[in-house]
Amino acid sequence: MSAGKIRFLIGSLTAATLVGLAACGGGGSGGSSGSASSPAAPATSASAGGDLKGQSFTILGQWTGGEQKAFQAVLDKFDSETGATGHYTPAAGGDEATVLGTKVAGGTPPDVAILSLPGAIAQYASSGDLKPATSAMQQATKDNYSSEWATLGSYKGKLYGVPVDASNKSTLWYNNKLFGNAGITKPPATWQDLIKDSKTLSDSGVTTPISVGGGDGWTLSDWFENVYIRTAGLANYDKLTKHQIPWTDPTVTTALNTLKQIWGDKQLVGDPAQAVKVPFTGSVDNTFKANPSSAIVYEASFVATTITSDKLPAKVGTDAKVASFPSINGSKPVVEAAGDFAVGFTDNKAAQQFMAYLGGKEASAILVGTQGSGFISANKNLTASDYADPTSAQLGQQIVSVGDNFRFDMSDQAPAAFGGTPNKGEWGDLQTFLTDGDVKAAQKQLEKDAKAVKWQ
Amino acid sequence: MAVVEAPGRPAASDRRRPGRSPGERGWIAAIFLLPAVVFLGALVLYPLIYTVIRSFFNDGPSGRATTFAGLKNYIGIFTAQDSLQAFENNIIWVIVVPAVVTILGLFFAVLTERIHWGAAFKIILFMPMAISFLASGVTWTLIYVDTPSRGLANSVVIGVHDMFGSQRSFPELHPGNSAKGLTGNPKQGFTLTTPVTSSDVALFPLTGFNLTSPPPGAEPAVKPAPGNGISGVVWNDFKLGGGGTSGAVDQGELGVPGIKVEALQNGKVVATGTTEANGTFRFADLGNGSYQIRLPGQDFTAAYQGISWLGKDLITPSIIVAYLWIYAGFAMVLLSAGMSTLPRDVLEAARIDGASEWQVFRRITVPLLSPVLLVVFVTMLINVLKIFDIVFIIQQAAGGDARYGNVLAVQLYTDYGNQRFGPASAIGIVLVLLVIPAMIFQIRRFRKDES
Repeated sequence: MSAGKIRFLIGSLTAATLVGLAACGGGGSGGSSGSASSPAAPATSASAGGDLKGQSFTILGQWTGGEQKAFQAVLDKFDSETGATGHYTPAAGGDEATVLGTKVAGGTPPDVAILSLPGAIAQYASSGDLKPATSAMQQATKDNYSSEWATLGSYKGKLYGVPVDASNKSTLWYNNKLFGNAGITKPPATWQDLIKDSKTLSDSGVTTPISVGGGDGWTLSDWFENVYIRTAGLANYDKLTKHQIPWTDPTVTTALNTLKQIWGDKQLVGDPAQAVKVPFTGSVDNTFKANPSSAIVYEASFVATTITSDKLPAKVGTDAKVASFPSINGSKPVVEAAGDFAVGFTDNKAAQQFMAYLGGKEASAILVGTQGSGFISANKNLTASDYADPTSAQLGQQIVSVGDNFRFDMSDQAPAAFGGTPNKGEWGDLQTFLTDGDVKAAQKQLEKDAKAVKWQ
Repeated sequence: MAVVEAPGRPAASDRRRPGRSPGERGWIAAIFLLPAVVFLGALVLYPLIYTVIRSFFNDGPSGRATTFAGLKNYIGIFTAQDSLQAFENNIIWVIVVPAVVTILGLFFAVLTERIHWGAAFKIILFMPMAISFLASGVTWTLIYVDTPSRGLANSVVIGVHDMFGSQRSFPELHPGNSAKGLTGNPKQGFTLTTPVTSSDVALFPLTGFNLTSPPPGAEPAVKPAPGNGISGVVWNDFKLGGGGTSGAVDQGELGVPGIKVEALQNGKVVATGTTEANGTFRFADLGNGSYQIRLPGQDFTAAYQGISWLGKDLITPSIIVAYLWIYAGFAMVLLSAGMSTLPRDVLEAARIDGASEWQVFRRITVPLLSPVLLVVFVTMLINVLKIFDIVFIIQQAAGGDARYGNVLAVQLYTDYGNQRFGPASAIGIVLVLLVIPAMIFQIRRFRKDES
């Protein structure tokens, strides 16, 4: 054989070996990542400089824009203090669940993932993919967050997720100028006020007083959850969250009927066939653009982020004001919140120390203090002055001050196939309900879809 | 194949590499085949077999296979609402698209053959193929979209509709929420509940003007003095900043100009008039008696909103149109190439024999072209079964109605994203099974062409 042939032979053999290896890597998903029974030794304080020199770790999340900037600031601070190098990547296409699921199933998880779904934490913890929190992470969580938050990040009594940020989902945003035009001096405090004020707004020439972003099903489940927690109470909320009571329960009927007082009124929310197409950002735009067609938009603290990122002419705090979700039938103030947790998939020391750092006050202060991040936090050691603006401060402090009357987003705790898939499951069913207003059919379909998934 | 040539019978190729035994040749062939076999094995065979196996298992945490599920995942495709919808839509796609693409392609191919500048038309028609599916999807999204701003399709539809339809002057107006004394709805118009006699003043409190930019020509409302027949005022009973008494003409409230007012007696219109810039109207020459005063509905009905292209009913047809736009040109190019190989003499002979153009097309062009038509049809069939990208992109603009445009490949992606690998695998296998007959057909054709 000539030299050329031999070279070709070697080349093809190498290629074959490589492919073979790749196939093995893809195939051997389950076996390699059994759960480590004992957490790593307590990490030394993160601020001890230079002890992680040369170590690197990866973080997967879904933050982009202002949020990514703020998070990067935290990461830079940690890197400069410890000498480690953290790489943050937002999931391609904003679809973190798919990207992470693929990486985990393929046996190459990131060191740290930022998860917004407690359900996902439980899922990855039960499959043994997650590493339990180190004692430094546990300490940071205990020192800075209420026990409710620690519980959300735990599975079977073991902490896995360190709280990073939060969002206050009981916020009614309104266009102050349009309220002034209609002669409304203060935001609605009760459900009846909300309806009355909206009708007044309609009389004053606001085409669609309440902007419902039904194109994104999660805005609808947030509406429902806020009404449900106020009409059915905390105990029922907890039960429905775990699907311990069916969706055909009378409390759900009451909540949907209450919701229908607004969703079913064309004068208030416009044509439902249109509302069900408006995405969340569109609903914010409608309320705060130059010629607003709406005066009120219900969603969360991150409406402020949308106002900034969509370059809307309204200024948060003066033009775009925020009020608490109104009380229904004299219900006490209660806050529905959501948030992100940092979880670890590997025993990487630098990553574990970073997560402990993330749970501390310093990291929280950088997150909420970065201009334009829109972050708020449930960290109880933060003060109003740590925040970039007073509106965020007010919303952040509300989560802390409401104490036990705080609940985490219900759909975020449900299995993703029910409470986390666009236009499917709970989100899809509420979109149908928004369009046709059929309470009974909606309940039946919700229960059917809830039964089709596995609850943990 | 060269390897199996009988030994001792010198073939033409052996002259170039003499003295090589058949055994060695087989060995070399194996080495040459190895990379391809390994690649195919790793990238096609292994995933295919694993997907088949996985489709028979349940999903555990993080999508790990747990227990044997039997046919559960397959049955689920046809019982779960989402995937059943996807399956139905796939059927629509398969029935409509390959046939229409082939017909359109043939149509364009024949037409471009017969006109001047045919090549230019071909280039234009083929152009969409040069654009990625993603870009085409985004383009068509902009055509169909309704929010945040109206897309091209509805702008045209509404423009044409309003050219023929009636112009509505005040769709935004409605009786105020605290207003009394008015009945009716935007369609039928609004009537005063109490009949009016001459020398009364009829008050029509409406609301809904955009206070910061009221209609040009609206002047502050004035309550006319009674007497000299029936008089009245139609006004926007709301002033900037609120306040004022409901149902009374307050300072700062605007009249509704140029709106039609009718006086009825015993259900018959006896007089009509329009309001002044300050909203007042007067029926001076009505006799005694009581009259119903009405604002006819034509001014209030909401403006025509166009067609909901991405709504529940039209989303699949709308996406199909976008797809046709892309692939009609492709089919045309293939068919044009086929037509250029047709024997001219047969066509000319037919024409000389007095066949009409339609007969030539129907009896000669189409039969001669049928092998190419079949190739186009089957290629489209395979393409359409696994349609994903353009549906996925256009769905993004449909909000809650996106689910009505679902197809199997999109459903597979969603299931995969939810780590429901079992159902996702089952859909994948079903798609493979559906494509296989078309593939076999295609391969047979190629074989026949080669021989």
